[in-house]
Amino acid sequence: MVRTKINIKNLNIWFGDVPALKNLSIKIYVNEILSVIGPSNSGKTTFLRMLNRLNELETNFKMSGQVEFDNQDIMKMNVELLRKKIGMVFALPLPLPLSIFDNIAYGARMHGVKNKKKLQQIVEQALQKAYLWDEVKDRLDVSAFKLSGGQQQRLCIARTLAVEPEVILFDEPCSGLDPISTAKVEEAMLKLKKDYAMVLVTNNVKQAARVGDSTAFFLSGELIEVDKTDKMFTVPSDKRTDDYIRGKFG
Amino acid sequence: MRKFKEFLIEKLILICGLASIFFVVLIFLFLLKEGLAVFKTVSPAKFLLGSKWYPISEPPQLGILPLILGSLLVTLGAAVISIPIGVASAIYIAEVAPLKLKEILKAGIELLAAIPSVVLGFIGMVTLVPWVKNIFHLPTGLTALSGSIMLAFMAMPTIVSIAEDALYSIPKSYKEGALALGATRWQAIWRVMLPAASSGILAAVMLGLGRVIGETMAVMMITGNAAVIPHSILQPTRTLTATIAAEMGEAVVGSEHYFALFAIGIVLFVISFGINVTADIFLHKRKW
Amino acid sequence: MVSSKKTEKIAFFLLFLATLLIVVPVGLIVVIIIKKGIGAISWQFLSDIPRQGMRAGGILPAIVGTIYLVLGALIFALPIGLLAAIYLSEYAKDNYLTRIIKLAIVNLAGVPSVVYGLFGLAIFVVFFKFGTSILSGSLTLGIMILPVIITTSREALESVPYSFREASLSLGASKWQTIRHIVLPNAIPGILTGAILGIGRAAGETAPILFTVAAFYLPQMPKSIFDQAMALPYHLYVISTQVPNVDEKIRYGTALVLLFLVLFMNLIAIIIRYQFRKQKKW
Repeated sequence: MVRTKINIKNLNIWFGDVPALKNLSIKIYVNEILSVIGPSNSGKTTFLRMLNRLNELETNFKMSGQVEFDNQDIMKMNVELLRKKIGMVFALPLPLPLSIFDNIAYGARMHGVKNKKKLQQIVEQALQKAYLWDEVKDRLDVSAFKLSGGQQQRLCIARTLAVEPEVILFDEPCSGLDPISTAKVEEAMLKLKKDYAMVLVTNNVKQAARVGDSTAFFLSGELIEVDKTDKMFTVPSDKRTDDYIRGKFG
Repeated sequence: MRKFKEFLIEKLILICGLASIFFVVLIFLFLLKEGLAVFKTVSPAKFLLGSKWYPISEPPQLGILPLILGSLLVTLGAAVISIPIGVASAIYIAEVAPLKLKEILKAGIELLAAIPSVVLGFIGMVTLVPWVKNIFHLPTGLTALSGSIMLAFMAMPTIVSIAEDALYSIPKSYKEGALALGATRWQAIWRVMLPAASSGILAAVMLGLGRVIGETMAVMMITGNAAVIPHSILQPTRTLTATIAAEMGEAVVGSEHYFALFAIGIVLFVISFGINVTADIFLHKRKW
Repeated sequence: MVSSKKTEKIAFFLLFLATLLIVVPVGLIVVIIIKKGIGAISWQFLSDIPRQGMRAGGILPAIVGTIYLVLGALIFALPIGLLAAIYLSEYAKDNYLTRIIKLAIVNLAGVPSVVYGLFGLAIFVVFFKFGTSILSGSLTLGIMILPVIITTSREALESVPYSFREASLSLGASKWQTIRHIVLPNAIPGILTGAILGIGRAAGETAPILFTVAAFYLPQMPKSIFDQAMALPYHLYVISTQVPNVDEKIRYGTALVLLFLVLFMNLIAIIIRYQFRKQKKW
């Protein structure tokens, strides 16, 4: 039985007077990866940043409609708690200017964990889940910027995992990575699926097909269609989806 | 608990954010509080336009026209010297100088900005003042001219650095466009860069002259401090700022003289406020 | 084309001359002061009180007075300035209030130094009855250097990449936690630079302390913040204009010490800035 984690109803978003998302309704399920594809400016990143309320940082942000997380309206939740439960991995590897250890421990520390042993445990677990532990266990105190791009991105995944989220958002996580690093990140995502609900925004249609259980196609702020990935990539119901997947535009 | 602490900190941040407004208003209010009292004895018109400044005679004569004209004269002299040199040097540094030389020149100009005005005043006294005296065969070298030269120097770092910023912030494409059409670098600078940067350069000049009008110590040390209406740039003069600095020490708190000096402070505050607001408007005006 | 090339040569040469007209005298001023002042510098000059009506002895009380004043100004201005900078870089929205705050900062920076002196006299000396004292002078100088500290700190805060803030927030850190643990630590060199530039500025100013602190001749150390004190820039002013027959060496020596102090501060600021740029992590 698949369980709904996030339920979005009639969501509209504007920045100033410019609409970014139009009347969007979609569900995100536990233990599934939802791939979101679409050309640039199609609203997919806005959609992602809505889920952990990062859009609010823009001063001209306006919205209508509802986003429910475990049946709670996220706009009424404590924003820090929401962001703890809905983690995010950004397009470019974005380590904080701290050591590897401190990067991973950062979230836990901010949520009040002070015990050294506990922190060490959290760091090790998170790094193992992101398949980075073996590569960095001997140099946890060096700056995170010393890692390679792929390692940095897995560090960011580990950092997100360390705050024990329930949903993980990936915003084009492999756009700056080479194919081998990309494969490692994808592998990590597939293995994490058993514990989390995940959303992957990507410009890479093949990646969406490789990783996603379901795929959603966005165009100009509208959700054109969402379906099981197999079906979407074989018999899409909308011609525009077909064109995009076949590379006719975008 | 953590929430409450953060709430307090964020309120404190807001309060400090407003501190600048608070202090500007506070300065103005206290100047008014102490300065307006002078208008019980002299009318504002007589104060501003009166040609005699004898604050300690009986009854005191409190006309600051000689001081205003003194400030104007010295500032005008400084403007004539500092604007062409300052703007030229800004162009050289921004557009012409090779990178290494540019760094050295900028450091030199920052150095000038850092020298305390009392040190410049002292150097002016021992070098510039005797030169002016000998070159023009004057009884004293403590003249408006000496003050103007010294002040021109003090205005230059402001003029150069802001004008250079203005030139620097013009999109590269402007110059490249001109060069692509076959203009020489100088033509590109003269015909394209300077007009495009004009409002920034104007702001630079205004802020530089604002510094000149407000400058106190150097001026007091080398202009000779004669509170009479100046007839020539080769005479001693006295500025608004120097008057306050020189006389406040002797003025009795609560006396006419004391109030009058604060009223001069109001005049200076209003002038600097006007200059800064106008310059700010110019700086935020973008043509592209 | 030949003639326009020639015009260019002449124009560039004139621009170069103009620049020399500024930079060469600056060099000369520094060289003259060092050359004529270095002879006066001795241990006694730096560690003795002024004697014989400031015609002999040293300048220690003036040095100490300046240090007190400057530290006092910094203790007052740094916290306020830093928090104001945080407000502008992290909290302020693009609205009228922000515009007015920025304008107020520009104006605060533009108020003539002697007007600061008047203000300090009216509010701290007379109104709050602190008297002519180190406290009054420090507060006056503190308000005066506030714009320097706000502007440089704000630049430092804003140079921390925006993405760091997002990363921190996305982990569930609150806004203040993000500022405290991510933004501030990475802005410290810039903030330090601002503080040091502020110190340099405060150390060299004379007009704001004329009526708020400065003692003409006080050959002893200040004992509390409610004491009057001598200060280097005022001392230089006094011995160059108010006291006849002071040995030139003493004047140049005092000027040299003051210049050294101010330039030293600026040098430290430049070094910090340079080091920071070199090892910037992002």
